[in-house]
Parts: sequence; C-alpha cells; structure tokens
Amino acid sequence: MSKPHLHAHADTHPHGTRRGYLLGFAASALLTAVPFWLVMAGVLADVQATAIAVIALAFVQIVVHTVCFLHVNARAEGGWTLLTTIFTVVIVAIVIAGSLWIMYHLNTNMMPMGDGMTDMP
Amino acid sequence: MTDTTAEKPIFYQLEEEHAAGATGLGFWIYLMSDALIFATLFATYGVLSTSYAGGPAPRQIFELPLVAVNTAMLLLSSITFGMASIAADEDRAGATRLWLIVTALFGAAFVGIELYEFSTLIAEGAGPQRSGFLSGFFALVGTHGLHVLSGLVWIAVMLAQLGQRGLIAENKRRLMCLGMFWHLLDVVWIGVFTFVYLLGVLR
Repeated sequence: MSKPHLHAHADTHPHGTRRGYLLGFAASALLTAVPFWLVMAGVLADVQATAIAVIALAFVQIVVHTVCFLHVNARAEGGWTLLTTIFTVVIVAIVIAGSLWIMYHLNTNMMPMGDGMTDMP
Repeated sequence: MTDTTAEKPIFYQLEEEHAAGATGLGFWIYLMSDALIFATLFATYGVLSTSYAGGPAPRQIFELPLVAVNTAMLLLSSITFGMASIAADEDRAGATRLWLIVTALFGAAFVGIELYEFSTLIAEGAGPQRSGFLSGFFALVGTHGLHVLSGLVWIAVMLAQLGQRGLIAENKRRLMCLGMFWHLLDVVWIGVFTFVYLLGVLR
C-alpha cells in the first residue's frame, strides 16, 4: 500500500479494488446482454433450451455480483458473512422450490373449477 | 517468592473489537432477511404466474426493450457506486460525492422508467387487480422499486452527511452499508429480469 490507512475501527469488511469492480461490471454487462439477446432475437429455436440458458446465466451473474460487488468471501467478518449467505441461499431455495412444488401439485389435484365445471359429469 | 510488589496484571483481550466489524455483519444479516422477503415474493409470483384469469399474458404486456434499458440503468448505478466506494477508500471526498450523485441519477432513471411502465400497464387495464399473475407481478416488482426509492433517499441523506462531516470513520461505515444495500438490489433485479420478464415472454 502506498499510504497507510488509518482505520480507527476494526473494519473487517473487505473493500473492492477498481480492477475488481471493472471486471465485475464487464462480466455483468455480458451476462445481462446475452440472455436479453437470446430471448429478443430468438437465437435458439428451442424455447426450453433458451430458458435453461437464461436461468444458468442468471445464476452465474448473481455469483459474479456477490463476489465482485458485495465482496462476500470466506475471510470477510471471520467467515460469518459467507455462512449467513449460504444459510440464506438454502432458505431461499426451500421457500421458492417448496412453494412451487406444493402449489403445482395442489393445482393438479384440485377439483376442476370455473370453465372446467362443464367437463364434470 | 521474595518479591513483594504485586505482579503486573496481565490483560487478555478475549474478544475482538466490534466497532465497525459488527455493523457490517449486522447489516449483512438484515440484508439477508430482506432477501428472504424477496424470496417469498418470488415464490408468490411463481405460483401465480400463470393465473391470468382471462387477462393479458406476459408476452402481450411486457416490453423487453424498456426492461433492457431499465436493467442497464441499475447495472450502471452499481458500477458508479463501486467507484464511489473506491473514492471513499482513497479519502477523496469530492469524488465520492460526485459518484454518489451519478449513482442517484441512474437510480432515479430506473425508478422513473418503472413508474412509466406501471402507469402504462394500469392504463391498459393490466393493473394489479386484473389477475393473480398481475398481483404477483406488481407486488414483487413494486417492492423492489420501493427499495430502490429508499436507496435514493438514503443516498440523499448520505450526501448531506458527507457535506457536513466529510469522510470521517462513521460516514465511511454508513457508506459501506449503503453500498451493500444498493448492490443487493441489483442482485434481486437479476432474478426479476430473468424469471419475470425474460422467462415470462418465453412462456
């Protein structure tokens, strides 16, 4: 370091570097532009393949943002930042996947209503 | 022992100093709870996303070029906030304030475009009361927009604090928290533009 940083506090939150931010931004711009291009230009003929690609790119972009902009790593706050992040990711996955799973099956097993009424004997 | 003078007391520092380190972690835990709010809203939207109730489907009402511009605004605001953080690390108060103002302008553009989108949808009769899909959409995207608006208010407060005191340790700590808040909103928006807009139009 060229000059000493006089931190009066025990600041253990890591700081980003200019290079880190710019790299993150370049990656993020690419990871945003590609899915928009895939959907808007209809590059892939298969809709399902497009959907899978878009979702995969989103997950990569979330990791890029978390590492480059939010500076989550194993050293920040003695590892507690990473631990709480992993915990949150698990809960988020359970909440979203669980809700979709349960409600999908509920819908499938429901008595047909509304327009479906006419199909009933 | 012949030495009658009391031994010099020895102090062990068993705990770390928790000045700003604790603030950073505490704020991070708040942000994670905020992420859980968005998780429930994403789940709600996911469950309702095909409940059109005879109303419009995503393909008919979403304008991807507008969403792309909006996404670019938020993404640019993230990198400009990064520049503000770096300027603060280098103790350049003027540059920090300048980058914060640029960030706020991008953020305001984002909120403006979103309000325009909402008003257009409501004028078309695709308001939140039209169908389950639109209720879920307005709840999720609206909550994110409110967060960005709160971030804008916070940036204004931060600018005033920086103007009064400059880059003192407390303001650096506040700036760090504000930065985490702002960058997290960008992460949430990745989920929104992917799962709501792009996959909605594909459906």
